[in-house]
Amino acid sequence: MSTATGYNFAYLDEQSKRMIRRAILKGVAIPGYQVPFGGREMPLPHGWGTGGMQVTASVIGETDKLKVIDQGADDTTNAVSIRRFFAHTAGVETTEQTADATLIQTRHRIPERPLQADQILIYQVPIPEPLRFIEPRESETRKMHALSEYGAMQVKLYEDVARFGHIATSYDYPVMVNNRYMMDPSPIPKFDNPKMSMMPALQLFGAGFEKRIYAVPPFTQVESLDFDDHPFEVQSWDEACAICGSDHSFLDEVITDDNGSKMFVCSDTDYCRERVEQGFVGTAADLPIADLSIAEVETN
Amino acid sequence: MNTAVGLLTSTSEWQDIAPLLSVRELNKFYAPGKGCGDINFDLYPGEVLGIVGESGSGKSTLLSCLSARLTPDSGNVIYNSEQFGEMDLYDCEESMRRVLMRSEWGIVHQHARDGLRMNVSAGANIGERLMAVGERHYGQIRTKAEEWLTAVEIDTGRIDDRPSQFSGGMQQRLQIARNLVTHPKLIFMDEPTGGLDVSVQAKLLDLLRNLVSRLGLSVIIVTHDLAVARLLAHRLMVMRRGEVVETGLTDQVLDDPQHPYTQLLVSSILQN
Repeated sequence: MSTATGYNFAYLDEQSKRMIRRAILKGVAIPGYQVPFGGREMPLPHGWGTGGMQVTASVIGETDKLKVIDQGADDTTNAVSIRRFFAHTAGVETTEQTADATLIQTRHRIPERPLQADQILIYQVPIPEPLRFIEPRESETRKMHALSEYGAMQVKLYEDVARFGHIATSYDYPVMVNNRYMMDPSPIPKFDNPKMSMMPALQLFGAGFEKRIYAVPPFTQVESLDFDDHPFEVQSWDEACAICGSDHSFLDEVITDDNGSKMFVCSDTDYCRERVEQGFVGTAADLPIADLSIAEVETN
Repeated sequence: MNTAVGLLTSTSEWQDIAPLLSVRELNKFYAPGKGCGDINFDLYPGEVLGIVGESGSGKSTLLSCLSARLTPDSGNVIYNSEQFGEMDLYDCEESMRRVLMRSEWGIVHQHARDGLRMNVSAGANIGERLMAVGERHYGQIRTKAEEWLTAVEIDTGRIDDRPSQFSGGMQQRLQIARNLVTHPKLIFMDEPTGGLDVSVQAKLLDLLRNLVSRLGLSVIIVTHDLAVARLLAHRLMVMRRGEVVETGLTDQVLDDPQHPYTQLLVSSILQN
């Protein structure tokens, strides 16, 4: 693959990468703690994954294999452009297969296939501060983290139960890391929260807009908040994936025409493809739609 | 200790009890004459101390210093804590002060919106302190919230409404419930009846007086309203230009004021 000329390896200059690596090391040393860093301008707007990209740029090496997903899919705009960016500026190999990747940058999902110790998962984070909902002052939230004053976070869950009868927060679900720091897991569905705990892979979080980096080292305990009488639960579906028949993965609802027809398919496209290759079939196998990849399904 | 206080009558028995809060040589000045200085007093368990004086006399500054929200220039505030024992408020870890604020103390602000979370429901406002001290059972938090709404005479049907939908008097009562839910020993109040109309004031004062005597609370109440002071306080401190000019039992100070300023203050009340 060709490398873009006139740019340093992986776009960022070496001094910036060094600064970011220091922040990452500090983050790994204090699991869940938000480390401020001097966020750099990236050639795309904040909110498009610049935090994750800076982390990726700082840890990527020539031998790495990069996978980028957005909502579980490899072929959405954000994923395609970020993958192409690193293919251009770092000349690294890219892949859509979770098993092959050494680095996975993600927005809003953790791959279904369990990650291994030689992989790194990099999250794009919009709002790194879980306490922001209850406390707008940064000086105060820092103090709350420092003194482990996390009772106020429970107020958010209380409001959920009071209003909906259950904890209705379904993504961005707050977690305690290593029994010390409250952490915002980025807007992944709470379905993915249990995967974060004791994961063999290193998890790095980059917030470009707010200029924060934090990390969950391998095999670290990550617990989702709850009430004694309203325990933490993940989403479940009555349907199985229409393409691969999976009844245990996170499903997206896809509208297939103007008449309200819909189907449920795996949000993790690579996982779905893998299962189809293994011979699993879903209910849509008989329909002409079955040979289409999800990106090609008519949604308008 | 607190429950026994109501039974104590003679002075000699009072002297056996350690003060809850001791203030020694407290000074806090923003500029000469602006702030408060040379403050010394003891507050005993179950006692209600009123601080009165005109605007700008340093009442609120003093209250902030006493309630660990404003570091004084000099002097000591010694608090006799249930959890930590005797402690100097400004010579201890900040974490301890913050623990006190959400467990053994309550702070009732003049403006309810300073003391409430306006964007969450009344139930969550009351429950927050419980959750802050470790309660993690939704059903129990909810039951406690209902109990306290009843105690401050707010219809329990309003538990899921936000404070912004409450009237001023209800907001003030909700603020009191929110503070009392963790059974604090000591309450700081800054003009709790400010901005309320007279009938609502009367109701709130009645409620406060009942709660204070029923729960054996110690209270430091700052007010410029002598009627409020007469109704609630056992003892009064009159402040002027940052200094205490007169102290004594409430009736004694109001009925037989010694200092010229106190005489002026008392005589300025409309008589009919």
